Formats: sequence, C-alpha cells, structure tokens
Amino acid sequence: MRSTEEDRPSTISEDLYSSSAPEVSSGPPVEGKGPGTARTLARYLVMPVILAAVCAGLYLWVGSLNLDSIEQRSLNREVITEKLTRHLEITAVATVIVVVLAVATGVLLTRPAMRKVAPYIAAVASTGQGIPAIGVLVLSAILLDQFGFKIAVAALVIYAFLPVLRNTMVGIRQVDSAVIESGRGMGMTKTAVLFRIELPLAIPIMLAGIRTALIIVVGTATLATFINAGGMGDIINTGIKTSREPILITGSLLTAVLALGVDYIAGIAEDVLKPRGL
Amino acid sequence: MDGAKDVDSTHAGTMIRLEHLSKTFPGQHEPAVDDLSLEIYEGEIVVFVGPSGCGKTTTMKMINRIIEPSSGKIYIEGEDVTQADPDKLRRRIGYVIQQIGLFPHMTIADNIATVPKMLGWDKKRISDRIDELLETVHISKTYRDRYPKQLSGGQRQRIGVARAMAADPPIMLMDEPFGAVDPITRERLQDEFLRLQQDIKKTIVFVTHDIDEAIKMGDRIAILRDQSKIAQYDTPERILTDPADEYVEDFIGSGASLKRLSLSKVRDIETSDWPVAGLDAGHGEVREMMRRSGKEYVLLLDEQRKPKRWVSLSDVEHDGVPLSEAGWPAVAIVDGGSSLYDTLDTMITSYKGSAIVVDGDGRYQGVVDFETVLNAIEDMRPHDDRRPLRERA
Repeated sequence: MRSTEEDRPSTISEDLYSSSAPEVSSGPPVEGKGPGTARTLARYLVMPVILAAVCAGLYLWVGSLNLDSIEQRSLNREVITEKLTRHLEITAVATVIVVVLAVATGVLLTRPAMRKVAPYIAAVASTGQGIPAIGVLVLSAILLDQFGFKIAVAALVIYAFLPVLRNTMVGIRQVDSAVIESGRGMGMTKTAVLFRIELPLAIPIMLAGIRTALIIVVGTATLATFINAGGMGDIINTGIKTSREPILITGSLLTAVLALGVDYIAGIAEDVLKPRGL
Repeated sequence: MDGAKDVDSTHAGTMIRLEHLSKTFPGQHEPAVDDLSLEIYEGEIVVFVGPSGCGKTTTMKMINRIIEPSSGKIYIEGEDVTQADPDKLRRRIGYVIQQIGLFPHMTIADNIATVPKMLGWDKKRISDRIDELLETVHISKTYRDRYPKQLSGGQRQRIGVARAMAADPPIMLMDEPFGAVDPITRERLQDEFLRLQQDIKKTIVFVTHDIDEAIKMGDRIAILRDQSKIAQYDTPERILTDPADEYVEDFIGSGASLKRLSLSKVRDIETSDWPVAGLDAGHGEVREMMRRSGKEYVLLLDEQRKPKRWVSLSDVEHDGVPLSEAGWPAVAIVDGGSSLYDTLDTMITSYKGSAIVVDGDGRYQGVVDFETVLNAIEDMRPHDDRRPLRERA
C-alpha cells in the first residue's frame, strides 16, 4: 500500500483501486476520500424527487376538492406565485445583507487590533437571536413605527446575524497559524493573507453558517405576515383565520418545501464553493 | 587538514549583520534575546543551536522581522533594514518553518508561485521556474496540480524548500525545517539539501535543537545559551575539538571526537601509497610489485581504473589462474565524499582493515588503512594541546 502514500493517483482511480482491493488492510481505503460518483448522484437526486412528489401530491389533492369561494381566492396560481415570490424576495435580501454585514464584522473582529473588544460585540450580536423571532419582528415594527418589507428584512437581518458572524470568526480563527506565518514570512501583506489564505480556508465553516442563516430566514419570513410584509405567512394566516384546512395545509406544506429546497440548494453551493484541496 | 570546511579565515563578505539585537515580549520582564551581535557570511549555512527556550527561533525570526526587535539593528548586504518595509524585505528572504505551512487550498504549483507572483513575474517565467524547482527537489512535474494533502511528509518538506527558493532569494531562514519528518527521511533531506547548497550557495540561517544536525549542516555554528547569548560561534570542527567552555562541552555531549570524524571527508586525507596493477598485467609483474612495495596484497583495476580484485602472493604464484579470477573481489569501497566516520565503519567491517577510495565515477583514487586515519585524527587536534580531549576538561 506504499503507493498511496508516495504517488497517489487521481481520486477516481484511487476509488477504483480501493473498491477492487478490499482485502488491503493497511490504511483506511474504504472510507476513501468522499463518496463515489454514484453515491453523490443519489444524494443529489433524493431531495428534489421527494419535494417534487410532495408538490404533485398536494396539487392532486387540492385539485380533487370542491373549493369554496374563500378557498378559491387563496388557492390559485396568481396568489401563490405572488406570495412565494415575496417570500423569496424577503429571504434573499435579508440573507445578502446578513452575509455582507456579518462577514465584514467577523473579519474585523478577528483582526489582532480588535482582540479585546471582540467578545463584547459578539455578545451584542447574540442577543438578537436570544429574543423570539416574532418578538424581534414586532418590536422592530413598533419601535420604528413602520410596517412592511423593509422592516421585515431588518428584523430578519438582526435575527440571522449571529450564525454568520460566529462561523466567520470560528472559520478564520481555525486557520493553521503556521500557514499564516509562512504567508507573512514570504512577504504577503496582511490584506493578501486575509483574502488569499484566511478567507478561502474559512469558507467551509462560513458557508455552514450562511446556510444556517438562510434556513432561519426562510422559516422566520413566514412571520413577516404579522407586520404586513407578505410572503407565505399570508396564506397560512388566512388558513388559520378562515378555518380553511386546504389553505392552511397548502401554505404550510409549500413553506416546508420551500425551506427544504433552499437548504438543498445551499448544500450544493457548499459543495461547489468549498476550495479544493481541503 | 579539511580545507573545504575550514572557512573561518576565508569567508566571503558579510551578508547579515545583527547589532545589539534585543527582544522583550510584552508582559515579560526578562528579554528573550539580549544584546546579540553576530555576522553571517555570504554563502554559508549558519546554525543557531541551543536548548528550547534559549531564544534561537526568536533571533532567527527577527532577521525577517516576523518578530520585530525591541532594539538593535539588522543589516542585510550592508543595508539597514530595521525600518524597511517588512513585506518587501521578506520577499528577498526565503522562509521555511518546521510545520512547513503549505497553503492547503492551493496546488503545488500555486504554492511555489507565491513569491514570484508578488514580484510580478510573467506567467511563462513562473511556470518554467516551477518546473525547474520541482526537478531540483526531486519531485515529479506530475505533482504540479496536486494539493499538499496528497503529498507525503517528505514531499511536503521538499515543496516547502522549493517554495522558499522560488524567487532565488540570496538568504534563506530555516526553522527546524527537517524536524517534522521521520529520521530516515530527515537524513535523506539533509543530504539532498547539502548537495543543493553546493550549487546554490545561499546564505542560510538554520535553527535546530539537535547538535548532530547542527554539526552536519553547519559551515558555522552559533551555540546559544539563555537569552540568545552566544556561547561559541565557530566552525563545527573547532567547536568539537576546542569547545569554549563547559556549557558548550555539555551541549555537544559525549562522542565529540567521533562526531569530529563525521566532518572530515576521506578525499581530504592523504591516502596510502598502494601497489596497483591492471587486470591485464602479467603474474610476474604483480609478484615483483609486491616484493618492491612490501605490501601483502596488490589491488587490480580494470581498463577504466575501477577496483576489481585483491590478490596475495599465493594467488599469483601459479600462472594458471587468470588475474581476473585470482584472489577475491574488491569490496569495502568508499566514495571520496564519504566521511571519515563512515570510512572507519567500512574498514572495521571489511576483511582486511582497509578501504578503497574511488571518485564519483567509481575510479580508483587510493587506499586508506588504520594508520592513515590515525594520522588524520592526530592532525585534527588543537595544535597547542596534543593530549586527548577527555583529559583536558
């Protein structure tokens, strides 16, 4: 098995090698370097198939019902598309703002000059998540005496700030100090070390944080309905207020499908954006 | 004696000069490095060696100002760089640390290209340089696009050295560069690096805690005690034969005389005058040779003057056996570049207590026996004191 150490072939041939030689005992060949192509493909296909099946089932079930006028007003293509679009808009805008602000804050807080104040700022950031989501949302609206899209986004930003901030800081701090020292020792500037070493090496952990934030935002955005900001929460809320189960179930299921779908895409993005060689 | 290593009086110009360098870390009362002054000559490997915590790494890291000195001055090629832009300074100085610190998310080629890219080399030049360096450190070009994780420890170490040499800096700083690999790989890397240094002639500051590595690698050794105070700064030969004080003696440890033998090359001592003949010589000729020289054996060489066989008088008494089959094969052959230590080892295990010295192409150069080695050892002792070393303490 010495060959795997000295002149490792490409990953694919190595996988072939380990699967064709299971009797080799030295080293952990079966565990391998990530899943084989077939397994990866299966992993990528399962979720969309499930989500599509749920949507199809829902469509058939709603189609088989005799909808009354209240139900018809909510359960039609125009309304659902509009609510879905709004929901995605809130999610996207809030997530982008969170990423920009929290990553920047995380980078600043990991600079040596900020070492002393970092814990305090991190503590302030975490209070946002300590308050229940609906509290953040409604409090923001009342305090600013404003309702609608902007305030929903602002509240979601506060709410989802912490995971991105925390993971950015953890991600940058876990970078091997020897790697940073060798970069500085070769004459890379502090900025070059940040952008070419620290951030790329922090990306896997940062992406995990961003994915968490995204899930928080897409789920919590259903509450935006309470401050008049629209989104899928409108459908669910209508279902509750009018006691129409088909509306409630459709709204809830579609929100769940949306959240899982967003998470699924974020997962793929994580795999794609992760630097090679790690 | 050993002229190649005895560089004290023949050194080239000063490459690095440290003047009254001190470092006190924040929050500490005692300085880590206290008032160190040192000159490092061009083209030499200078080894800082000392127990852990003596400040040797701190001292080295002040040269490229990874650690900023609290006071004192650093001159490189006569230029005061104490206040120079540290990033630009570092691009002129190769840097290898024990953990190597290859960038895990970059390919081997990108790792090596780090400094040339910063210096604004064009793509073709960088690419050619990468190929050249991979060849220099004995790594196949097929590794260009691999990632550090896919390499063994020894290979990573070689890439670390290649990366530090990428822009051909005149100075290299190496902090225990072979510390993290197994002993066999370490020895191979050391040998490779010494061969490489013969060609590149860099000024190298090398930090280690291992005195044997210091003796092997150093043209000059600075033995440091606490706060980077220099206990002795001298060639390995003189440190071994003439330690400045008890501290140095303790640090060298036992076996200094034997370590000294590992510093001398067999090509630098005078070989015995030994009778040799061609394989095509007549039996009578060989007998005559033995009688004249008074030696019991004659060494037979082939047309390329490569040692082939030993023959004694009884082997050539009868003309029947051709010389190419007479006697016994010539073994115990050492290369001229071998150390006396290894030569002695070969002699002890050889049948006749002598070793044949050959050049790089395997051609006969001479024969060493115990007497030759004893004479050489006699020459190594300090001239003012001919008593054995152990009696002098």
